[in-house]
Amino acid sequence: MALIELEGIDRSFQLGDTTVHALAGLDLRIAAGEYVAVMGPSGSGKSTLLNLLGLLDRPQSGTYRLEGRDVTTLSPDEQARVRSARIGFVFQSFHLVPRLTAAENIALPMTLAGILPAERERRVAQALRDFGLEHRADHRPDQLSGGQRQRVAIARATIMQPPLILADEPTGNLDRHTGEEVIHLLEALNANGVTLVVVTHDAALGARARRQLVMEDGRLKQDSTVP
Amino acid sequence: MRLPDILRFARDAATGYPVRTALSVLAMSIGVAAVVLLTALGDGARRYVVGQFSSLGTNLVIVLPGRSGTGGFNPANAITSTPRDLTIDDAGSLRRLPGVRRVAPLAVGTSEIAFGGRLREIMVAGSTAEFIPIRNFELAQGKALPEEDWNRGSPVAIVGAKIRDELFPNQPALGQLIRVGDRRLRVIGVLASTGQGLGMNTDELVIVPVALAQAMFNSNTLFRILIEANSREAIPGVKDATLETLKQRHRGEEDVTVITQDAVLATFDKLLGALTLAVAGIAAISLAVAGILVMNVMLVAVTQRTGEIGLLKALGASGENIRLLFLSEAAMLSAVGAALGYVFGQLGAFVLRQVFPVFPAYPPDWAVFAALATAVGTGLLFGVMPARRAARLDPVQALMRH
Repeated sequence: MALIELEGIDRSFQLGDTTVHALAGLDLRIAAGEYVAVMGPSGSGKSTLLNLLGLLDRPQSGTYRLEGRDVTTLSPDEQARVRSARIGFVFQSFHLVPRLTAAENIALPMTLAGILPAERERRVAQALRDFGLEHRADHRPDQLSGGQRQRVAIARATIMQPPLILADEPTGNLDRHTGEEVIHLLEALNANGVTLVVVTHDAALGARARRQLVMEDGRLKQDSTVP
Repeated sequence: MRLPDILRFARDAATGYPVRTALSVLAMSIGVAAVVLLTALGDGARRYVVGQFSSLGTNLVIVLPGRSGTGGFNPANAITSTPRDLTIDDAGSLRRLPGVRRVAPLAVGTSEIAFGGRLREIMVAGSTAEFIPIRNFELAQGKALPEEDWNRGSPVAIVGAKIRDELFPNQPALGQLIRVGDRRLRVIGVLASTGQGLGMNTDELVIVPVALAQAMFNSNTLFRILIEANSREAIPGVKDATLETLKQRHRGEEDVTVITQDAVLATFDKLLGALTLAVAGIAAISLAVAGILVMNVMLVAVTQRTGEIGLLKALGASGENIRLLFLSEAAMLSAVGAALGYVFGQLGAFVLRQVFPVFPAYPPDWAVFAALATAVGTGLLFGVMPARRAARLDPVQALMRH
């Protein structure tokens, strides 16, 4: 069974008096454990696709089945629960809460999910070790380097142990060296069985993925492997 | 999300923007402080007046000669229209009424007091031994008027504190012979100083036996009869019985007026209570304004933290979570403001009491409670709209604006 199944997804935006078709009749299947890069020029619909996969956005028509369950018809709160347990996000600009420490930022999804403090501490301590952030636990985001911030963000995305990680230009704000570090971390997660979907402009980065999707005008222009 | 986590998150969010948090807390605290302080003033005025009235004596029923009410045709009026005098015997007849603890007749006039070449204009109160306890006066020295037949006036006097100071500056007053009017009286007691009050100023008063005062002023009538009832509950019964007894003694003619201290007191109490309420209402407007300010601040917070809200949603926060986070932040702002305002208000009332010691400026409990409840209530009420707006934000749009 595929982890993600999209069928006939349409998503359009009204910009002034013109309608922009961000996604038009999109069909896509991604199996569990895949490593997929989504590429394409600006406005090709790749960010919309990622938002849709992350249940941050709803299609106007079509169905989205996540782990075999139709999630397009869920209520907002049910979608929030799916996001909490099944999906981790990594953003280009990290999106850390500036007033929280690294440890608190990592714990945030668990705090929101109502997990008890003792369990949170245990898991955060483990994550800090895993991502080499032991000595940065009490630092606030503005006291961290870009690479460290993105590592905190990845730790946060994985803390609920979701089967799916969505990364939107995860290296876009990093220099080449730290960018590679971050990619290695994500790839290590994928090696452990987490499905990884990366949106990127960077052809070199995209080439590392086992499967490349190229989008144009809301349609799949190219799929490196048709499963 | 667990409640302690919600509260901690909201607290951190509030302290993350110290200036706007401080300003809205300040506004709320000014509102609450205004209510506390102004009601303290209003209620202080009420207590002051009530206290002054109470110092006239407790559970008092007062009989005045002459009828003040309007009645129908009375055959007795047709024959004699002048009111009968209130006499000492009238007062005596009231002593055995049920519910009566003490009775003191009172005749009043002005006269001259002289001792050792010093002369002074004074007020003379003719009464009995029970006058002092009924009026809550206190003796500084000596003893009360003798317990004797009310119609027999022993030549003795009790003088006020100021008269003692003026007439006997450096010698004991007790036992001295003074002249009051054309009588020579012996000083048997000195009243304790009470200062200026609503009642008569006892510092310049000379109290003599009632029969003596009547003889001095060549009159048979009393100025008042003071009756002390056993309890507050007995007052209406005593009032009716007094009226009935005096009516009988005056051949069925109702030619006296009986008032109770309670009635006068209740009027003032009501009047000043209404004043306090009005002042509290005016102060409450500032609370409403503070509530609107909290709403404004929270709306700004939602705009400021749009990206954060989007992130929280992406991380799995439900709309309910977001609503609760912002609502508790608003509640926190107003609760802290309310607590601070309470302290400010009490402090202000304290300073007021220090500056004007006679003025009991304590805020009434209901006002304090209402102020705190209104503060937190408006904070919550005005927090609802920003919280709903935050919860409804589209996560995609919110994340893009980070």
